[in-house]
Amino acid sequence: MAGIFNRMKRERFIYLLLLPGLLYFIIYRYLPMAGLVISFQDYNPFVGIWKSEWVGFKHFARMFEDSEVIHVLINTLQISVLQIFVAFPFSIILALMLNALRNETYKKLIQSMVYLPHFLSWVVVVGIFVVFMRGEGLINSILAQFGLSGIPFLTEPALFKPIIVLQTIWKEAGWGTIIFLAALSGVNPALYEAAVIDGASRFRQLWHVTLPAIRGVIVTLFILRLGSVLDTGFEHIFLMLNPFNMESGNVLDTYVYYKGIQQGNISFATSVGMFKGVIGLILVVSAGKLAKRFGEDGLY
Amino acid sequence: MNTRNVAEKIWDCFNIAALAVIASLMLLPFVHIFAVSFSSLEDVLQKDFILWPSHWTADSYRVIFQSRPFISSLGVTVTITVLGTLVSLILTTSMAYALTRNILGQRVILLMIIFTILFNAGMIPVYLVVKSTGLINSLWSLIIPGAISSFNLIVIRQFFLNIPGELSEAALIDGANEIRTFCSIILPLSKPALATFALFYAVGYWNKYFEGILYLNDARKWPVQVVLRQMVIMNETTSTLGSDVLLQFENQPPPVTIQMAAILVATLPILILYPFLQKHFAKGVMIGSVKG
Repeated sequence: MAGIFNRMKRERFIYLLLLPGLLYFIIYRYLPMAGLVISFQDYNPFVGIWKSEWVGFKHFARMFEDSEVIHVLINTLQISVLQIFVAFPFSIILALMLNALRNETYKKLIQSMVYLPHFLSWVVVVGIFVVFMRGEGLINSILAQFGLSGIPFLTEPALFKPIIVLQTIWKEAGWGTIIFLAALSGVNPALYEAAVIDGASRFRQLWHVTLPAIRGVIVTLFILRLGSVLDTGFEHIFLMLNPFNMESGNVLDTYVYYKGIQQGNISFATSVGMFKGVIGLILVVSAGKLAKRFGEDGLY
Repeated sequence: MNTRNVAEKIWDCFNIAALAVIASLMLLPFVHIFAVSFSSLEDVLQKDFILWPSHWTADSYRVIFQSRPFISSLGVTVTITVLGTLVSLILTTSMAYALTRNILGQRVILLMIIFTILFNAGMIPVYLVVKSTGLINSLWSLIIPGAISSFNLIVIRQFFLNIPGELSEAALIDGANEIRTFCSIILPLSKPALATFALFYAVGYWNKYFEGILYLNDARKWPVQVVLRQMVIMNETTSTLGSDVLLQFENQPPPVTIQMAAILVATLPILILYPFLQKHFAKGVMIGSVKG
């Protein structure tokens, strides 16, 4: 006991450095986790956590029978699947195109241009799309010049998901190439030379040398992305939602906000959020394990 | 062999052209926004796609720089960016350094931090904690609840671990305490890494908007991104929600020239810093992909 005390006394300055950060983690990261108990209560903000009534698994039972929650879950999965199978491959293709460029200056120039949108806020990105896609926006005035009727891009439910994917591609596709380009730059040039001597065409080189070189990175990123299938990018979707496209665009995260913060259904919304968090945790951990098993380094 | 060479040349040309088109799609919106913001409203309403103003005017900028809500929101954003980056850097680096030392509970605390990357309590429990710690309607609500990024913390700790231990040991033997060693040995040696993480945090603070909507009831405290959302996005689809009197121009949504000027002003710091951002962030992506 005295040993521990002496050790702590000796290390007191280190603890002083540690303390502010530790307090932050306890208060703003772990206290909310303790606060998840309100999903087993009928939380009433006026009496607080200690006096609210305990209701067990009532909210969870209700959640799985609530057609709205199921609808929102389906929206979430649909958007994620579109992101994974459309936006993700786009980065790979873009990386392969950049890699095929021979002029380094031109390559640098294109890279600088396609990385830029990554640094913009979602407000600015969605703002730019709104300006182009609104009723009197550029796209609709071009359609009008050809005598076509306008398209309500921002309010039509059927267009919500494709536009979300399009915006994600615009903002993140370029940035997503970095990791693939790094893998591609590690390919031994001797492999290409050997392939050329063997008479391989550019396409054959791509198929037999380039793609195998980045296969590991693709598989790892793909699996890890599957692990976060319930995360659809709250900030982005929230900006695009309006009363007209809500049925197609409401996802788990936004549902929690509307239900809990705006409608005051605090305990029920917390249960939905917790359900999402726990499933997400299981998925991310299994994805990490799976990625490791494929012989690639996981994230942790 | 010859036809193959021709085919490859054609493919190369196609590749170069296709990339030029893709890159233009990323850049042209900015040229358009820039041009519209410096054009008169009449010009904009007559022509569809403007890439260069035919009559230059800075009227839009005059209007937004005279608009009190816009100026004050810009002030809020500058404040939280400067203050927030400082707070985040201090908290992250001091904790990261403490965790490089072999102290009691080091492993448990590290696991605790990694767990927060995998699981978070979600919006409502965090909201309740922010509320009970008295941050609602205070600008600190945009800084404190997200002050430390667990991921950045882990990466910075890794960076500190790579600094040779002899340096800090020498200082400790000379009688400096850990805090002094940290400030005068470790931090100066980590300047490039600190610059990278300062930029990481700064861009995050500059682009923050949702915390503003969630925690700030008083529209006069909103950061510029929230005001931009009201000016450009909300007016389009939800007339009732977007009818904030502060941001209306004679009860009308602001004209397109003013919207464009606002977007450009709110993006300008990012555009100016872009060369540094590109360099440092690309490095950050690669650090992140190396297993810690």
